[in-house]
Amino acid sequence: MRRGAPGNPKDALFERTTAVFAFGVLFLAVLLFALLVRESLPSIRKFGAAFLVTGTWDPVAESFGALPFLYGTVVSSFIALLIAVPLAVGSAIFINEFAPEWLKAPVGFLAELLAAVPSVIYGLWGIFVLVPVLRDYLMKPVADHLGWIPFFRGPVYGPSMLAAGMLLSIMIIPFILSVSREVLATVPRIQKEAVLSLGGTHWEMIRIVIGQHCIPGIFGATVLGLGRALGETMAVTMVIGNRPDILLSIFQPGHSMAGAIANEFTEATGELYLSALVEIGLVLFLLTFVVNLAAKGILKTMVSRASRGI
Amino acid sequence: MDNALQVKDLCAWFGEHQVLKNITMDIRRNSVTSVMGPSGCGKSTFIRCLNRMHDLTPGFRVSGEVFFDGRNIYTDRIDPVLLRRKVGMVFQQPNPFPRMSVFENVAVGLKFNGKKRSRSEMADVVEKSLRMAALWDELSDHLDRPGTSLSGGQQQRLCIARALAVEPEILLMDEPCSALDPTSSARIEDLIEDLSDKYTIVVVTHNMQQAGRISDSVAFFLLGELIEMDTAAKIFTNPADKRTEEYITGRFG
Repeated sequence: MRRGAPGNPKDALFERTTAVFAFGVLFLAVLLFALLVRESLPSIRKFGAAFLVTGTWDPVAESFGALPFLYGTVVSSFIALLIAVPLAVGSAIFINEFAPEWLKAPVGFLAELLAAVPSVIYGLWGIFVLVPVLRDYLMKPVADHLGWIPFFRGPVYGPSMLAAGMLLSIMIIPFILSVSREVLATVPRIQKEAVLSLGGTHWEMIRIVIGQHCIPGIFGATVLGLGRALGETMAVTMVIGNRPDILLSIFQPGHSMAGAIANEFTEATGELYLSALVEIGLVLFLLTFVVNLAAKGILKTMVSRASRGI
Repeated sequence: MDNALQVKDLCAWFGEHQVLKNITMDIRRNSVTSVMGPSGCGKSTFIRCLNRMHDLTPGFRVSGEVFFDGRNIYTDRIDPVLLRRKVGMVFQQPNPFPRMSVFENVAVGLKFNGKKRSRSEMADVVEKSLRMAALWDELSDHLDRPGTSLSGGQQQRLCIARALAVEPEILLMDEPCSALDPTSSARIEDLIEDLSDKYTIVVVTHNMQQAGRISDSVAFFLLGELIEMDTAAKIFTNPADKRTEEYITGRFG
């Protein structure tokens, strides 16, 4: 059955106009994907699946493998999650459950304002503050004493996978924080009271309630943060060191997919070089697409569970 | 007859709004006390004062005294967590924990007091509690089912078993049957009668027939005041106050 008043020409016009906009957005996404595929065809034909598992990136010899970039993006994002998730979830618990009423709004607002800072500003702060501080007070001492652990091996330059991960963590905290707060707020009051009425402490209440209601939501928030981290370009490229090598130490420089495209696009002269960069873009597009889709799916099941009251 | 709880001049406010006015009441040990009255009369607020359930409600304030075991629960450095282990609560909506099995739901409170118990000790407590809540025969073979997969009435009895497992002295029940069908309600009522041998029970209800069936004494609340309190027989046949009579004869509320 058709919606709207049948035969009313204005309604029909309105319906069709909005449909055009909706499909326009969809069309743009498909077009973007199609163009990425078309432009990366020369590279796909030349290197095939090896593109994803080869570590050489040699524009002079026209031999391209995206693995160092893929590795850098994934590892720096993973470090970011490792730092951001506990901080963001902890802050969400504090703001929602412990902070006095007058403090909730300003703290929540300021934390979410972090999301509005342009990434190049984060990058500048990273170069001038974060990287020197990390280098002198964290990476150097740790590399001196624990350098035998492969992850902490020197020499320490400053720009590094760790710096990128930490900077990213600050950038994704607002997203994870705000989703976590919403997830915590969906917990039925009666469930919290159940824990208290059994003689549970405030801490036990939070622990049980998170275990019973919030794990899928916090996981969804995490994946959402991951999606942001994977695609971040400017801030990462300013502090990661931009070296297309795969090094186990997080104190060593690395590179990222988004950073590679931004840095090398203007220099990419040959057709194959350009095509290889576009293919990196395609891989990044697919990666973030899948991650965001997963996050949406998880959040959706969580919300529908919450609305059914379980 | 000694008293499990003594309430003296209890007043309560949500922000500026006063919801309880000078409530004074003695609650007898091992008896069933019903708190009845029309919606908004403060009956739920009242019983939630008895285990300090309002502690986390912003803007809530209380004055007066509630004595439990000879100590005022609002002063005398009472730890509300320890108090709530002695004064358990069952809510209007059955609220088992959704990701816990029947067994885990009943055992969950045992883990709060930090005492390590062996699996077999836990199993004993779970069985005892489920038997007291008249659920053991139905569920002894289904202890690993999710608590939320039970019927509404079973879920409510599961919540009663969960409250009993921590061995309280007093059980507060906030309209425990209002979300249930008549058959399930009847089973909860039977259960309340059985439990009153060992426990002091305070039930909030807006159902007069129910109050009449299960109670030893009935307190009638109206607009935040305790109008009168007496034996169920006295309240329902010969109330002292005109307003009580009007309420039980259905003239308002």
